Amino acid sequence: MAESGFLQQAFVFLAAAVIAVPLAKRLGLGSVLGYLAAGAVIGPFALGLIGQDIESVMHFAEFGVVMMLFLVGLELEPSLLWRMRMPIIGLGGLQVVLTAAALGGIAMTMTYAWQHAVVIGMVLALSSTAIVLQTLNEKGLLKKESGQSAFAVLLFQDIAVIPMLAILPLLAVTEVGTFSDKHNMPGWQSTLMVLAVVAAIVVVGRVLGRPVFRIIAATRLREIFTATALLLVVGIALLMEHIGLSPALGTFVAGVVLANSEYRHELEAEIEPFKGLLLALFFISVGASIDFELLMAEPLVILGLVAILVSVKMVILFVLGLVFKMTSRSNAIFTFSLAQGGEFAFVLFSYASSQDVLPATIIDPLTLVVALSMALTPLLFLLNEKVVLPRLDRTVTERQDDSIEDSHGKAVLVGFGRFGQIVGRLLRMNGFDITVLEHDAQQVDLVRSFGHEVFYGDASRLDLLISAGIEDATLLVLAIDDHERMLKTIKQVKNHFPAIKILARAAGRREAAELIQAGAHYVERETFDSALSLGRTALHALGFRAYQAHRAAKLFKHHDEKSLYALSEVLEDDRKYLTLAKQHAADLEKVLQSDDQANKELDDRGWDSGGK
Amino acid sequence: MSKALIVYAHPAHQRSRANQALLNSVKDLTDVTIHDLYEVYPNFFIDVPAEQALLEQYDLIVIQHPVYWYNMPALLREWQDLVLEYGFAYGKGTRKLAGKGLWVVLTAGAPENTYAEGAVNERPLSEYFLQYDRMANVCGMQKLESYELYYGRHTSDADLNKRCADYRANLLRLLKEI
Repeated sequence: MAESGFLQQAFVFLAAAVIAVPLAKRLGLGSVLGYLAAGAVIGPFALGLIGQDIESVMHFAEFGVVMMLFLVGLELEPSLLWRMRMPIIGLGGLQVVLTAAALGGIAMTMTYAWQHAVVIGMVLALSSTAIVLQTLNEKGLLKKESGQSAFAVLLFQDIAVIPMLAILPLLAVTEVGTFSDKHNMPGWQSTLMVLAVVAAIVVVGRVLGRPVFRIIAATRLREIFTATALLLVVGIALLMEHIGLSPALGTFVAGVVLANSEYRHELEAEIEPFKGLLLALFFISVGASIDFELLMAEPLVILGLVAILVSVKMVILFVLGLVFKMTSRSNAIFTFSLAQGGEFAFVLFSYASSQDVLPATIIDPLTLVVALSMALTPLLFLLNEKVVLPRLDRTVTERQDDSIEDSHGKAVLVGFGRFGQIVGRLLRMNGFDITVLEHDAQQVDLVRSFGHEVFYGDASRLDLLISAGIEDATLLVLAIDDHERMLKTIKQVKNHFPAIKILARAAGRREAAELIQAGAHYVERETFDSALSLGRTALHALGFRAYQAHRAAKLFKHHDEKSLYALSEVLEDDRKYLTLAKQHAADLEKVLQSDDQANKELDDRGWDSGGK
Repeated sequence: MSKALIVYAHPAHQRSRANQALLNSVKDLTDVTIHDLYEVYPNFFIDVPAEQALLEQYDLIVIQHPVYWYNMPALLREWQDLVLEYGFAYGKGTRKLAGKGLWVVLTAGAPENTYAEGAVNERPLSEYFLQYDRMANVCGMQKLESYELYYGRHTSDADLNKRCADYRANLLRLLKEI
């Protein structure tokens, strides 16, 4: 199939994904397993629809992991990362060291040379960032204790890859001094290099990031913003690769640097689809690379090794969970989630093979073991959910994971101009966690200089709303002055998130009626309340009692809003709308003008007790 | 000379003949301040610290209102809850109103004879407002004999004037006594 063109290849991959993933989801297996199965089916060992060059596809697709870490970085503000330093170093460090030692020890007993055992231990200690983060995210566990712990371990592993790459060539059993110049540095020098590059990314990101994105955003060309976002990620990945560091780590740092920037949600929305497709491609290629011939040849050995790998990892993870005092629920999720080999194993194995550190007789079966352990992960998650967690819930009545979000509702506020600022400040002053989007880059700059946290972005794009967290939000406040954009947003949100409550700002009466009809739950005309308030003050100035004026304004508002909701029902029919509008106006006038004795409503006769 | 604060609550003052007349009869007194709650807080947002500071400046607190459903108007009820709070009006060593006089002035729409055993309203008005005795007791205030005006809408002008003079005289007397 190597001669088949790019489009044919793409067709096969896409078709496999489109068929397998919904099926897997329907069966409750999660998307990752769907991709893996799709890969296995179209791979060289089953249908053979994709060729033997699956490795190059996988290498390309690994870029999805790089993008994923960039997105994870974007979600992690530096202060949050700093708070996580203990779990990253403690939990992550112990997991890597203990697992490497245990697996290395087992490898020794299988009569491998000690150098081989060290390499095998190190490589297999790593877990799959791609599968674990994707699955935890899909299950909404990423922000829980279990997810955070798993993430801390994965982050440490990504960092640990750097020294591993440096150590590998030194462990060649035969004397080979052929590793390339860029890796030919003493330890202290490469450490300095890592620190220098990370510092450079931080400084450049801080200093250049915002002005560059502001200029790009000002062009108002979406594809240029997309290109810039991709350029950023690809550029950093290339830079890191060039100096022999992990591209994933580099983009992660870049993500963290930009996490505080107003362009965070826009960047997320741009990168997300690329990441999604590439990760899917990656999972498919992992599935396709499963060497079923080798598996058939020695099923017991291979499956035995998978069992050893997974169980050793699980035992160590479980003990660490106990040591770090996780709740048993979190510990179960933590233990089951990280018990596989990772995609870095493929990289490290192929590197090891190129450096003659490990012979193919070891690498081939172990690559298969890693791939199988990855395929097993979604099933382990399932086992945990269906069997282990229900038991835990029954035996121990303990607190559920603390969610980072508190029990109050979350809101997304769109528009931070004169109107939105008041809404936003009121909500924030009262301790509500809101995400604010504003599509005018200059306005973003201005309000940011006053210390408001505001993100750049156009809310009529659903992907942007999603990255702004609309899926977890209970409330959407639309405070922009672009009526058409607002209608479009309401319709989209209604389609995809029917449960969310929508409050909207409207220019005038007609716009308000349209917004109500589009599905806004509550509409406030931007000048109505302030005009009413001024009118009330005018009544007072003319001699009304303050409370009398207050009630009169309230009564006016009450009738006017009632008529507004009635009008929204006859919007399509211009003539009906006009007639009804006129009639309502006349009715209201009558209510307000009628003389004191005749009009019970404004007169509040209840307060004239005994006055019959 | 002592000073009096009239905390007055009437949601429809513009239509209350009795209260308008009563207040008009004392508004020239320099030692008397009329604090019209519905005029100051039409949207019910009460400035608690300002209210507390105001109360502290006076020796005699007059609470004046029409009787609705054997009770006070809603805003005064809200005022009572928020302003006479623990740590200000009552509580250990913090009774800021202790020693002040409390004079309650009530206007009822119905005639006085309806407030009696066997009549429509079953019992004297004062019994419905025993709560003010409790309030004075809790705050350490000196509860003065209440002043009641019945059937205001149907009282003749001459009678109403007489009542107003009586009300004014009572207020001046209390200011001297306290």
